[in-house]
Amino acid sequence: MRTPLTIRFLQATPKSGWVALVLCAVLAFVVMPLLHLAVPPESPFHVSTYVITLAGKIMCYAIVAVAMDLIWGYAGILSLGHGLFFALGGYAFGMYLMRQIGRDGSYQSDLPDFMVFLDWKELPWYWTGSDSFLWALFLAVALPGLVAFIFGFFAFRSRIKGVYFSIITQALTFAAMLLFFRNETGFGGNNGFTDFKRILGYSITSPEMRVILFSLSAALLMATLLVGRYLVVSKFGRVLAAIRDAESRTMFLGYNPLWYKLAIWTFSAMLCGLAGALYVPQVGIINPSEMSAANSIEIAIWAAVGGRGTLIGPVIGAAIVNLSKSFFTQAFPDYWLFFLGALFVGVTLWLPDGVAGLWRKWRNRA
Amino acid sequence: MSDAAHLLVHDAVDISHGVILYLEGISVSFDGFKALNDLNLTIDAGELRCIIGPNGAGKTTMMDVITGKTRPDEGRCFFGQTIDLTTLREAEIAHAGIGRKFQKPTIFENLSVFENLELALKMDKRARTSLFAWLMDDQRDKISDTLKQIRLDHEAERPAGLLSHGQKQWLEIGMLLVQDPKLLLLDEPVAGMTDDETARTGELFKSLAGKHSLVVVEHDMAFIEQLGGKVTVLHEGAVLAEGDLATVQNDERVIEVYLGR
Repeated sequence: MRTPLTIRFLQATPKSGWVALVLCAVLAFVVMPLLHLAVPPESPFHVSTYVITLAGKIMCYAIVAVAMDLIWGYAGILSLGHGLFFALGGYAFGMYLMRQIGRDGSYQSDLPDFMVFLDWKELPWYWTGSDSFLWALFLAVALPGLVAFIFGFFAFRSRIKGVYFSIITQALTFAAMLLFFRNETGFGGNNGFTDFKRILGYSITSPEMRVILFSLSAALLMATLLVGRYLVVSKFGRVLAAIRDAESRTMFLGYNPLWYKLAIWTFSAMLCGLAGALYVPQVGIINPSEMSAANSIEIAIWAAVGGRGTLIGPVIGAAIVNLSKSFFTQAFPDYWLFFLGALFVGVTLWLPDGVAGLWRKWRNRA
Repeated sequence: MSDAAHLLVHDAVDISHGVILYLEGISVSFDGFKALNDLNLTIDAGELRCIIGPNGAGKTTMMDVITGKTRPDEGRCFFGQTIDLTTLREAEIAHAGIGRKFQKPTIFENLSVFENLELALKMDKRARTSLFAWLMDDQRDKISDTLKQIRLDHEAERPAGLLSHGQKQWLEIGMLLVQDPKLLLLDEPVAGMTDDETARTGELFKSLAGKHSLVVVEHDMAFIEQLGGKVTVLHEGAVLAEGDLATVQNDERVIEVYLGR
């Protein structure tokens, strides 16, 4: 007798999880949009553009944090280069946003402003198709996926592990940053892309577009959690945990760790790419600093603060760190990095399982 | 490196000459140190063989060569008549039907006892099929039979990391059994077990011989006596003596190696 996969999956996840998911969906697709669009700005119940954008942005970060946790928490591979995949997705979609500016740029040219500034006469070959929304979306997923696949194939095949792997990923994102800083690379040099005007012809700053981007971010985050949950409860997830705990044992049982690692690694990078594509129109800018070494380390901190090896933990971690970042960089801009460092040290010392671990401990005691 | 492991049919080990494992003139050196030095060894199908030898005699290196972890500098290593082990990777060798137990019990500490056995089960082990793989009833039965066999049926849902040392050893042996290998390589399987557990392990191994071939590396002479198979003594990477335990124990050279001159 075989029970269908969907039923098994439903059974493998507690009811409270499904209830929470439905509540979040109502909040993200009905309540928040109505509070922003339908409630007048004078009302105390009005949700401001600032809040909608900040929430959308944090959800994009949360997707990256979950993607990070899938490979770090579940497969034991610490990447310090996930900012690269996020930025690649952002750049891929940013190319489309640049083309959507049309002739409304400062130079009233068909070419993006920075190309006019460089005195380029036509688009480079790799900008072909960048005026297509679907192509941009495809690139935002495929490009990080391809880079991750090729890099991962050689790294995992050579059995590079642990801190060596982390250092190489860090070097990879740093090298990419240096490449994107160059004007000749064709992605706007250190200014990157900005001054976006439209998506699919609609104004990017209109309240409706803000709400759509917010809801899409929420939808992608929920989809990420669902797919993540499926991966984790499937046999695939157990083999990943097995590879994390005793890789040689899995090999002598007849598993080839290469394909398992490569699959989750590539999937994780593709998720980051999608998150980057949603992030860029909401913040209105993408530049090479997204690929900086510190950015990728911060992603790892989100996952660690929230709790590795859980799916909801990284979401909480991304929210806590970024909300405090919004607060600190306004209230005490000079002290943000100290706070971040203290947070990381504190979590490592006293909360090895992060906030999610604290919650579990507290519930077990009660 | 590929999924080619699955092209090897599990039961296709050719034992028409009655031999399951040939090692011929195997040499391995690490930075000039000869871990194995022209080692020759044959294991018959269904045999229970014990390997003894002082530390550094090359016992673990020999297992590494058989399971593909270490490539020999010289020599030939065949599984049955046809499968050249020196050309296969670890996972492919496991699929061909060789199971290995490590010296230090190596299990998946964060998974439950049941899940440990589930992952070991003989089945398609490719990444893409693992996404949609769920246990069949006969596979569950196989796991619960094995759980009883290794006396862990009351611990099935416990995380494996919480088991006692002896229980971990048993779990790892159970993981080999559900793989249904033709040849089992067991590196110090009773280390850290109580006398009672050791005796039960001996019974289990004896019941497996015949259907499976076993190679047991041990220091515990009482255990080797209980197993009662042929004994091979390794010394400085080569075979020093071979025969039943009494013969080997009375061999002048063996006494010299063990007691010093």
